[in-house]
Amino acid sequence: MNEIINFFEQNIEIIYLLTFAVFLGFEIISKIPTVLHTPLMSGSNAISGVVLIGAILVIRVTEPTNYFALIMATLGIVLGTINLVGGLAVTSRMLEMFNKKKK
Amino acid sequence: MNIVILDGVLFVASVLLIIGLRKLSHPDSASNGNRLAAVALALGVIVALVYPLETQNNNYIYIVAGICIGGIIGIISAKKVPMTAMPEMVSLFNGFGGLSAALISLVWLVNNHFVSEATELGIVLFNLFLGLVAFIGSMVAYGKLSGSLKDEHLRIPYSTILNSLLLIIAIVLIIIFSYSGQLSISQTVLFSILSLLYGITFVAPVGGADMPVVIATLNALTGITAAISGVITDNKLMLLGGVLVGSSGIILTLLMCKAMNRSVISVFFGNFSGAKEAG
Repeated sequence: MNEIINFFEQNIEIIYLLTFAVFLGFEIISKIPTVLHTPLMSGSNAISGVVLIGAILVIRVTEPTNYFALIMATLGIVLGTINLVGGLAVTSRMLEMFNKKKK
Repeated sequence: MNIVILDGVLFVASVLLIIGLRKLSHPDSASNGNRLAAVALALGVIVALVYPLETQNNNYIYIVAGICIGGIIGIISAKKVPMTAMPEMVSLFNGFGGLSAALISLVWLVNNHFVSEATELGIVLFNLFLGLVAFIGSMVAYGKLSGSLKDEHLRIPYSTILNSLLLIIAIVLIIIFSYSGQLSISQTVLFSILSLLYGITFVAPVGGADMPVVIATLNALTGITAAISGVITDNKLMLLGGVLVGSSGIILTLLMCKAMNRSVISVFFGNFSGAKEAG
C-alpha cells in the first residue's frame, strides 16, 4: 500500500496531465460531424503510432549483446512505424476523397 | 545537445499534436490537421533518437533498419489499399500499434531481468495485457471485415461469462506478479497467452456490421497502451498523444453507436442479435 501512495506522490504532475488530457480529448471530439467519423478514427489511429517513440527509447538502452530483446524491439519499431506512416497516409487519402466529393 | 532544448521541442510537438487533432475534427481543416499531427510525431521521433539516456547503447543500426522497413511497408500498403477496404486497413494498422506497445513492455521486462518494484511491474504487465488485447482484437476485427473470418467461426458459448472470467484472472495475476516483484519467463508467456485469449473473447461476439464501432474502441485501447508506454519510458509526448487518442476513441465509440442507432451494450454483448450481415 505504501508503495502505491509513494507512486502517487512522485507522479502527481503526470496524474494532473493525464486528467486534463482526458477532458481535452473529450472536448475536441464531442462536436464532430458524422462524415468525419472514419477519417478521425484513422487519424487518431495514426497518432497512436507514437508508440514508435517508446520502442526507440527502449531499444536505445538495450544491451547490444541481448539479441532476443534487440529483435523484439526492432519488430516493435517496424510495427510502430507501419502504424504511424501507414495511418497518416491512409488518413490523407481519405481526406483527399472527402475534399473532391465536396467540390 | 542541451536537454532543455530537446524538452522544448517535445513541448512544441505536444501543442502541435493537440492543434492537429482539433483541426482533424472540422471538415475544412482536416487535411491540415493530419499534416500538423505528422510534423508533431516526426519531431517526437527525432527527439527520441538523440535524447540523452542513462545507459546509451543506442543500437542506431536496428532503429534505422526498423524505421525504413516499417516506413516502406506502411506507405506501400496505404497507397495500394482500395477505398472500400479502408476500415480493415485501419484495424490492421491499429493492431500493429498495439503489438508494438506489447513488445515495448516485453523488452522493458527483459532489460530489467524480469525484476522490479511492485508498482512499476504492475504498470508494465497491465500494458502488456492491453497491448496484446488491442493487437489480437484488431486482427479478429480485420478478419471479420475482410471476410476471411465469418461470425459463425467465432461463436463462443457463454462468451460474456468466459470473457469476464478471463479479465478477473488477468487482474489477479497482475496483482500477484507485481507484489512478488519478479517474473519468470514461463509466467510471462502464460500471462501473454491469457491476454490474447481475452482479446479474442472480447471481439468475437460482435457482429460484422458493428465492426467500425469496435475498431474505434480498440483504437482507444491502443491509445491507452501508448500512454502507459509513455509512463514506462518517461516520455510526455507519448503520454499526451496516447491519452488524447484514448479519450477521443471512447467518445467516438459512443458517437458512432448513436449514429448507427445502437447502444454500446447491444454492440458488445448483443451476440449478433440485430446485427446485419457483414459487408
